Amino acid sequence: MSSDFLNIENLVVEVAGKPIINGLNLTMAPGEVHAIMGPNGSGKSTLSYALAGRNGYEVTGGSVTFLGRDLTQMSPDERAAAGVFLAFQYPIEIPGVATMTFLKEAINAQRRARGLDDLPTPQFMRLVREKAKALKVSDDMLKRPLNVGFSGGEKKRNEILQMALLEPRLGVLDETDSGLDIDALKVVAEGVNSLRAADRSFLVITHYQRLLDHIVPDFVHVMAGGRIVRSGDKSLALELEREGYAEFETGMGQSAA
Amino acid sequence: MAAVKETIDQVKGIDLDKYKYGFVTNIGSEKAPKGLNTDIVRYISAKKDEPEWMLEWRLDAYERWLTMEEPDWAKVNYPKIDFNDLYYYSEPKSDSDGPKSLDEVDPELLRTYEKLGIPIKEQAVLAGVQGARVAVDLVFDSVSVVTTFKAELAKAGVIFCPMSEAVREHPELIRKYLGSVVPKSDNFYAALNSAVFSDGSFVYIPPGVRCPMELSTYFRINEPNTGQFERTLIIADKGSFVSYLEGCTAPMRDENQLHAAVVELITHEDAEIKYSTVQNWYPGDSEGKGGIFNFVTKRGDCRGDNSKISWTQVETGSAITWKYPSCILRGDNSRGEFYSIAISNGRQQIDSGTKMIHLGKNTSSRIISKGISAGKSSNTYRGLVSAHRKATGARNFTQCDSLLIGDQCSAHTVPYIEANTPSAQFEHEATTSKISDDQLFYCTSRGLGEEEAVALIVNGFCKEVLQKLPMEFAVEAQSLVGISLEGSVG
Repeated sequence: MSSDFLNIENLVVEVAGKPIINGLNLTMAPGEVHAIMGPNGSGKSTLSYALAGRNGYEVTGGSVTFLGRDLTQMSPDERAAAGVFLAFQYPIEIPGVATMTFLKEAINAQRRARGLDDLPTPQFMRLVREKAKALKVSDDMLKRPLNVGFSGGEKKRNEILQMALLEPRLGVLDETDSGLDIDALKVVAEGVNSLRAADRSFLVITHYQRLLDHIVPDFVHVMAGGRIVRSGDKSLALELEREGYAEFETGMGQSAA
Repeated sequence: MAAVKETIDQVKGIDLDKYKYGFVTNIGSEKAPKGLNTDIVRYISAKKDEPEWMLEWRLDAYERWLTMEEPDWAKVNYPKIDFNDLYYYSEPKSDSDGPKSLDEVDPELLRTYEKLGIPIKEQAVLAGVQGARVAVDLVFDSVSVVTTFKAELAKAGVIFCPMSEAVREHPELIRKYLGSVVPKSDNFYAALNSAVFSDGSFVYIPPGVRCPMELSTYFRINEPNTGQFERTLIIADKGSFVSYLEGCTAPMRDENQLHAAVVELITHEDAEIKYSTVQNWYPGDSEGKGGIFNFVTKRGDCRGDNSKISWTQVETGSAITWKYPSCILRGDNSRGEFYSIAISNGRQQIDSGTKMIHLGKNTSSRIISKGISAGKSSNTYRGLVSAHRKATGARNFTQCDSLLIGDQCSAHTVPYIEANTPSAQFEHEATTSKISDDQLFYCTSRGLGEEEAVALIVNGFCKEVLQKLPMEFAVEAQSLVGISLEGSVG
């Protein structure tokens, strides 16, 4: 089955000459939430970097088609403008650049790429304040240098704030739950849920099922050895929670056959 | 690693030939014959209609210069300069004795400044800042072309005029102050400048006056093989304040042009001078051909108690930069500040920093230096902080941060610290970092192009210093930071 939203076929991704993703297939339709679970080292984060276009994550086989375009031929900023957003597992610090400044630069860069004018500052400020409030991002945080000295929870909320402002078509969440306590997890999950829409899809990468109690997926995939070895609905996540990944770690994906 | 590799490849193919101020103005000029001797010194002095004492001062400087050697301690390499193969004086040709007002200025010259984005019409405002007024002195090669807002400044008692005019009209001030901070024989280039300086700006702020607007001088070297030797003298009398900005550009030429300026600042009791520079001389092409040799002596003397001098510089141009804006903290409780952004790209070489000489009691100084190196450039911070034995309670804080882009450039920090009193407190912090692949990817994954990302990260790195610039120029300086690094990444 294929979709004209996101279609990944037989994807092979190499890092430093070593294949990490090995013939991965995944199809997503608009409005769907897909969760990818799997043991450490199964290639989950590599998939997220490959989708966002990180240098050094070389696609050596297969294809990724997003809204009819070959994603692999696009630079990271072109992918962003096309509607791909990656919420980082470890958001990066940029000293001296106020979070507010960064948000404005990002929004306007994407607007320009789409042939739109820059957002007037008062309008931008209103928009940020409104979205920030829902995510409990304080004015003080917006003035501080991007991610510098932010707590784990602040960093993740800031990622979701960026996603809320940039309104992507595809949100890739790379272990957004890692390092969050239950309260912070709820705030982040609510933020994501409020963005769910008929024309927006999410790929939620996580090691633990607890995130999926809050962001309820339509599909759950298990990744091992660089490919998807099993797919199911929400109940698959619960099964994994009970039984662990041992089956997939030993079989290295053989059970998919 | 891949992004770093790519950055390096991009830097190799760098196209610095995008310098946007590189055009040449086609205008007739009148030049002194090539070379340097007493006749040339006399020629310049006569051109400026100078009194006898000024000529003698110049000739004395020339004699001293002949006995001096070019300094070679800076970390810069350049072919030997043949001082007899240069023109020491060039002025745009005009029919009259010189323009009396803007209307009489050669339109070709006005167009030059228009292209450079310099506000020369008195009603003109700078981009983005409504209502900001800046008085400007324009120096084209060896002469001051026009000075704006003179009448309004005169009402406040402020003197702002070309140096050559000050020598004729305010001899008592010139004789008292010229060379009192940078003596004629201070160094090789200062001696050369003292002998052949052509024009520059003179500022005097009377006691208790806060200068009603920003003052600014804009230097432009147009003629080939011509040195520009400007001289600036700013005196802030008791309890006065002035903020002054200089800007510089030059056409793209294959040969190197020499710029050897001297700037002297004097603050009396409770006075303050804020001096800002946006230096964007032509840096030469990607192979290091052409560009300005910038050998400049800038020094401020906090002569009175509780006085303050603050230097802020954004250095993005020149093939060679040799420049150490300094403060002599003579008055008790006086304060010196040095805020610097030095960006080198291509084959540029920068050796710049400051000297804070603490002589008075309870004097304080602050140094914030941000060096950014890209391409195959070399960027050195060289600074001296010293406390005389009578400078009890002297305090200094120094922070030197270097940012490297690519792996073919270099950054060096050479601090000298001399404390001759046990009560001095000197602090020095230094860091060196690189723009990481993580930072670049994070920015680009949000939609910023690579060059936008670098400009944003570098602006963040320099923020502390950019904030020190007068508001009218901060925006311009920010975009200049981006432009200077164009081509440093893909």
